[in-house]
Amino acid sequence: MTALSENTRHFLIEVCKKYHNDEHELINVLHEAQDALGYLPVEVQHLIAGELNIPDARVYGVVTFYSFFTMVPKGKFDISICMGTACYVKGNELILDEFKRRLNIKVGGTTPDGVFTLTTLRCVGACSLAPVVSIGNKVFGNVTPLQVKKIIDEYMEKAEELH
Amino acid sequence: MENTIIKFAMGTCGIASGTQDILNLFDKELSRLNYPARLVRTGCMGHCYAEPTISITLPDQEPVYFGNVNEERAREIIDHFLLKGDRTEGIIPPEGDFSRKQFKIALKNCGEIDPEEIQEYIDREGYKALMKCLTSMKPEKVIAEMKASGLRGRGGGGFPTGVKWENTRKSKSDQKYVVCNADEGDPGAFMDRSVLEGDPHSVIEAMIICGYSIGANKGLVYIRAEYPLAISRLKTALKQAREHGFLGDNILHSGFSFDIEIRYGAGAFVCGEETALIHSMEGMRGEPTFKPPYPSVRGYMGRPTCVNNVETLANIPAIIRNGAEWFAGIGTASSKGTKVFALAGKIKRTGLIEVPMGTTLREIIFEIGGGIKGIKKFKAVQTGGPSGGCLSEQYLDTPIDYENLLQAGSMMGSGGMIVLDEDDCMVSMAKFYLEFSIDESCGKCAPCRIGNKRLHEMLERITAGKGTMADLQKIKDLSVVIKDTSLCGLGQTSPNPVLSTLNQFHDEYEAHIEARTCDAHQCKELIHYVIVADKCTGCTVCFRNCPVEAIYGDKGAVHTILDNQCIKCGICFSKCKFNAIIIN
Repeated sequence: MTALSENTRHFLIEVCKKYHNDEHELINVLHEAQDALGYLPVEVQHLIAGELNIPDARVYGVVTFYSFFTMVPKGKFDISICMGTACYVKGNELILDEFKRRLNIKVGGTTPDGVFTLTTLRCVGACSLAPVVSIGNKVFGNVTPLQVKKIIDEYMEKAEELH
Repeated sequence: MENTIIKFAMGTCGIASGTQDILNLFDKELSRLNYPARLVRTGCMGHCYAEPTISITLPDQEPVYFGNVNEERAREIIDHFLLKGDRTEGIIPPEGDFSRKQFKIALKNCGEIDPEEIQEYIDREGYKALMKCLTSMKPEKVIAEMKASGLRGRGGGGFPTGVKWENTRKSKSDQKYVVCNADEGDPGAFMDRSVLEGDPHSVIEAMIICGYSIGANKGLVYIRAEYPLAISRLKTALKQAREHGFLGDNILHSGFSFDIEIRYGAGAFVCGEETALIHSMEGMRGEPTFKPPYPSVRGYMGRPTCVNNVETLANIPAIIRNGAEWFAGIGTASSKGTKVFALAGKIKRTGLIEVPMGTTLREIIFEIGGGIKGIKKFKAVQTGGPSGGCLSEQYLDTPIDYENLLQAGSMMGSGGMIVLDEDDCMVSMAKFYLEFSIDESCGKCAPCRIGNKRLHEMLERITAGKGTMADLQKIKDLSVVIKDTSLCGLGQTSPNPVLSTLNQFHDEYEAHIEARTCDAHQCKELIHYVIVADKCTGCTVCFRNCPVEAIYGDKGAVHTILDNQCIKCGICFSKCKFNAIIIN
């Protein structure tokens, strides 16, 4: 285990305190921690477990149970393919395959340059726009396999601008 | 003179379609023109097929709805409709009638009021039901009214709401809880999100009434973290309700106190099951536990808890205001009131609709939904999400209620309705839902964790052309075991999509196994793209668009597809202008 920075430790202790170090507030604590840190490595889980006075295994059990929590850092852009039924019926698998092929990563993976993470999500409820891909707060509707390259290029450019 | 009122449908899908830009444009143009109008942000109006949607109410006139309002159309509407009074393009409904067969109770305010302005809710009889309860109805009377109304849980199970309330009231405890289940997990269902985004106060009002009836002074809303807009509107609504004295200590000087907190889900479908939901709210893994004891006896923190779904709650203020008899007069013998459905899939008018129980599938799909998109043929409609089933043409005239759908091999579920046409493979559809159940199974009990995996393997074999007829019997036997022996609703219903398609589309399963064909051309292992020599002009479009270089051929010469390199993405098929590519 690598040590957490003093700032991070301090932040996490404060978050736990805000929830009265109550073990029943574990999920709320984890939400806040992930919002700030981006992911929940074992070091973070260990510290939270200590603060809430519960075993590490309880925290680990919760983190791995819920798909919202992640133990690995994500790329700059999280490309999420909607896996809802309406999107499935409208051919989301072809879209997902094309993203996998072009980025050369599996679902849940991050490109070596740290730009893209490819994930799937359950219905976003924008079923009339199916198939849907969401990146950050932006929702792309009626996506076709041919559009995939364009979308990737667009965000590659953004990533370069950020550099 | 009243000003013109322009409403903008700004639920999640409206915003994704660019409604904010349209609102900005109206705002800018109308202030430049000095045109007196009030612009209102509302929730979803239900016309999902025509987002961005707006409605315009001219002084002393009925509202007119406009769909697909892009920038150009917006300018047209301003120039022609607002300034000159001409009718313009894009008025809803252009054909048939989307709204004639609908009857709105739960969605009554959605798309009509600004969800962030409590006064608009109050102006439409909001919090009147609460006042009626607190001033003139004993808790027992409220429960009797709920029972008489015949309202049943809209989350899928269909348990009588009044009975649930009565059971929780009977449990003795110093502390009880009201929980609103807003963990809408069914893929393809978005009614709960829309109600919370469009009319959060109706849910808050109902929770307070529930608390008053069962003797609880604390409410909790368990909501998916994936619904940021619903969360923020709910927070605003809670704050306003507190400021108006509807929440907090001594509500409206009645001596009754009640307040509501929000709890966040973290992405687990099984948490829609009430015992799992309660564990999740307690900060644990969302694993279901055996019932009894029911939450009405031992729920959140071990105390009696009444869990109701969002849509169920949204019906309650209207029931109290108009009386149980009014509500019981709508619907069928066993299912009262209305049901909200999210219409999606291969249908002309996708949308959020509300119809009286007893409406037939044909009325919903062909009249409200406008029928199948394009020239394809209707094949089936899927209801009940991963717990439901696919209904073929023979069930189109079945009046929808809890019992009829169960008898037909599906279920009401939360109200997702996905329409399928002849291009959809039913075996793949069953596989899709099973994959969902496998992903979402909490893993606690073996029949669901292992059984569904084995079922999935058999379906994989069939869709790859490697299945045998003996597999079909095995699938049936295993499905029955999973249904009978799983602990919670997720496991008990997970084989439903497989069983219902197997019953109603047996010939499709047979075709996959014996002829090794998929008529819907969906199973990749069973299809091959081939170029027809006498139609190919050698234009190289397919060659240039193929992402994996599986096509070769010189310009002007007939092209060939290398089957072993082809990834069956279908790009060449959709790009060829000469119909020279066919699927074998």
